[in-house]
Amino acid sequence: MSQQYPALVVVVPLLSAFLISPAGWANKRLCFPIALVALAMATGSAVGLLFRVMNEGVIVYRLAGWDPPWGISYYVDHLNALVLVVVAVVALANLIPAKKSIEREFPDNQGAFYTLYILMVTGLLGIVVTGDAFNLYVLLEIAALTGYGLLAMGEGGRAPLATLNYLYMGTIGACFYLLGVGYLYIMTGSLNMVDIAGLLPSIYESKAVVAAFIICMVGVWLKMAFFPLHAWLPNSYTYASSPASSLIAPLATKVMIYVMIRLILTVFTPDFTFITLSISKAVVWLAVVAIVMGAFLALKERSLKKMLTYIIVAEVGYMVGGAWLGNRAGMTGAILHIANDALMTLCVFLAVGNIVYRTKGHHFENLQGLFKKMPFTMGGFVIGAVSIIGVPPTCGFFSKWYLITGAIQSGQYHFMVALLFSSLVSVVLFFRVIEISYYEPFSDHHGHGHDHHTTPMEEAPLSMVIPLLIVAAGLILVGLYTGDIVEHIISFAVPEGLV
Amino acid sequence: MTDFLELVVAKYNYWIYITLMMIGLYAIIAKNNLVKKILGMNIFQTAIILFYVSTGVKEGATIPILEHAHGPAHGAETHAIHAADYMNPLPHVLMLTAIVVGVATLGVALALALRVYRHYNTLEEDEILAQIRKK
Repeated sequence: MSQQYPALVVVVPLLSAFLISPAGWANKRLCFPIALVALAMATGSAVGLLFRVMNEGVIVYRLAGWDPPWGISYYVDHLNALVLVVVAVVALANLIPAKKSIEREFPDNQGAFYTLYILMVTGLLGIVVTGDAFNLYVLLEIAALTGYGLLAMGEGGRAPLATLNYLYMGTIGACFYLLGVGYLYIMTGSLNMVDIAGLLPSIYESKAVVAAFIICMVGVWLKMAFFPLHAWLPNSYTYASSPASSLIAPLATKVMIYVMIRLILTVFTPDFTFITLSISKAVVWLAVVAIVMGAFLALKERSLKKMLTYIIVAEVGYMVGGAWLGNRAGMTGAILHIANDALMTLCVFLAVGNIVYRTKGHHFENLQGLFKKMPFTMGGFVIGAVSIIGVPPTCGFFSKWYLITGAIQSGQYHFMVALLFSSLVSVVLFFRVIEISYYEPFSDHHGHGHDHHTTPMEEAPLSMVIPLLIVAAGLILVGLYTGDIVEHIISFAVPEGLV
Repeated sequence: MTDFLELVVAKYNYWIYITLMMIGLYAIIAKNNLVKKILGMNIFQTAIILFYVSTGVKEGATIPILEHAHGPAHGAETHAIHAADYMNPLPHVLMLTAIVVGVATLGVALALALRVYRHYNTLEEDEILAQIRKK
């Protein structure tokens, strides 16, 4: 059984998606349990895989028994074992609270929603587990297409329109990646990542290889909403329904950052990326601009959800910058931040989902008096906010610490300044939210806002509050165990050559 | 000038795919109608498919079906198989998948455009944006 984990992690959700679709026609209540079991099995396989990798080292799984350069192989090392666990856990933790909102928002389309949800998770898990460059493209499109479907099931006309813009950008991004892979295939005749890595060093001087790298990078940056290419993200996430946005916001961008790191570390070498190509300083500057602009754009928003989407844009800047600092601490920080940021984003988006469930809006006016009305949801939100700001002992502090250490070690102080600036802006952003929801009284009817009657507590359903609180507790736990995660997992994920 | 022409002629497949890609990109960026943008996106994808397909071609090679593969059993002599005699089928096979992806993307995009149309009663982006601003 444990030999088959790499396949199970993808196959179980894939097949269950085909079950959910007809089950939705027969009886809507069957969809959720099937999805839950499938994701629980995928999570179990991902965790099992992580333990196997920690004990045995790299696992190469040959699909249908074909040997690597010819067949498609799944390649699991410490880096993607960690990301697999993160993706599976976030998808599972979001599924349980999603049930109530799905029942209310799409009473007739539950089967379709759960099918797309599970297929999207399949695509994301597949992107992470695969060791084949072309297979990655196909899974990228599976995750993207299902993501468009999920995002478009949102508010009136804005959601499809914003999703259509995402679709153009996402398709261009994926096509650029495909084009880069085509160049690599012309140069090496192989599509297997490890095989390409073995064939490339002798032709690093070739302009086609440099072009392949840069085209792949541009494609991946488009898909992860790296600052000048971020325009599709805020609207499409804001107008989506809450279960869709709290699945996609934490995962879609983070998985693309994993792809970027995989390209840098495995397909190409850190030496090629940081030394042969002398663009790493420029990319770190771009990341600085991304962080600062993300923070500024978040400041001007009057909608909680849209503000959070701009924070995602800034966080993407953190990870791209960290990965391109070109040293061990920066890369460690970037990988750790993939896990941490997925959890933090999930935490705040789940809180927003609960708020939308009760107040039917995500604008700042909807937040008034929420601390009295929904104390547990706001408690979870505050922990997520504190983690995004970067206060110990929440996990956000530790990845920021590694990123700042990396910036100092490589002497790129502008990146450190950008990180600190963005933390300060986050303080302003979140305290503004907390101030509105704590001090301004809840007002349903105009003119009655300043009555002194106590606001009745109207918390979201337990199935939405408990997962939020578990995720919030997870932020602190991951923070406390950061040392172990770095020592036992991430230190093996970063190649020894990178100091 | 002759050098440049030689470069164009020798690698004309690359020039074609880049031209097509730029046409597609232009349509996505500059066109106002949502369906035209979607078609531009499809041209963009097709350009890359053509690029892949053209990389499998070899001069003087034939379709990748082995001749005399059954060996001496039918009385013929054993022939050595030279990879240079056959086109590379792998890029073509990969592009079958990419075509499927392209069709699926086009379908999703048109479905989204339909939903936009039902809500705003127009497919012109400036008119939609004007309606959004009015609210």
